[in-house]
Amino acid sequence: MIPVSHYLFLSLALFIIGVVGVLTRRNVIIILMSIELILNAVNINLVAFSRLFGSVNGQIFALFVITDAAAEAAVGLGIIIAFFRNRETVLADEMDLLKW
Amino acid sequence: MLDSVLFYFFGGVAVLSALLVVTRRNAVHSAVFLITALLATAGIFLQLRAEFLFIVQIILYAGGVMVLFIFVIMLVNLDVALHQLKFNRQTWVAVILAAALGGMTAFAIYFARHNQNSPVFQIPAAAAARLEPNTELVSRGLFHEYLLPFEIASVLLLVAMIGAVVMAKKKV
Repeated sequence: MIPVSHYLFLSLALFIIGVVGVLTRRNVIIILMSIELILNAVNINLVAFSRLFGSVNGQIFALFVITDAAAEAAVGLGIIIAFFRNRETVLADEMDLLKW
Repeated sequence: MLDSVLFYFFGGVAVLSALLVVTRRNAVHSAVFLITALLATAGIFLQLRAEFLFIVQIILYAGGVMVLFIFVIMLVNLDVALHQLKFNRQTWVAVILAAALGGMTAFAIYFARHNQNSPVFQIPAAAAARLEPNTELVSRGLFHEYLLPFEIASVLLLVAMIGAVVMAKKKV
């Protein structure tokens, strides 16, 4: 049987890759994809601990996290489309005005 | 034995494709590798005997969210972005800080595992058996114990849907 710490290390690797993507990329769409990676890493943790404790609650919380990720992706992509229509760019470091 | 093979295979695929998501220049390539990473995570869920979550992951993420991403990538003209810098100016600071965070957390996990010969990290066989009719147990928990969060999640999805439609409209 694989110990739970291996799942934790896998989840940590995915989480750190997602954090690096959020902090370093300029393209907002790829930043959103990195956020999906981070939420996914959290889900691995929840499911691994659900199996460790023999309780299904962790899987239910993972379902809620997936719901949240879907809502966040829909709203974020709506914002990107609205922004692109006004400014013709998807680069994060060119988004420096509150009003134009 | 089969469990370990499946775990290390899916874990390796997930980490590799996550790295490719972050480093590719073309956003469509990133999206394709994100699908691979999400499918590999679904494999991890199946290896953990969470069948319902496995199906939800494939249908909702690979089928729903990623289609949304691909649509937006095609709506937004990215030919210009292909010739611009991929990474911003604080790249190295960000990588060093993320590595520090990762090292700290890895040390914490390693220390907790090897400190007090903790039996808490070994999955007992009895605990696994308690998850047996997986979909039934998930639905029972969802509709009994977590009924209110479930309903709030449906309201959240409705709000997100209306918000996305309003923001993507031409004239508000």
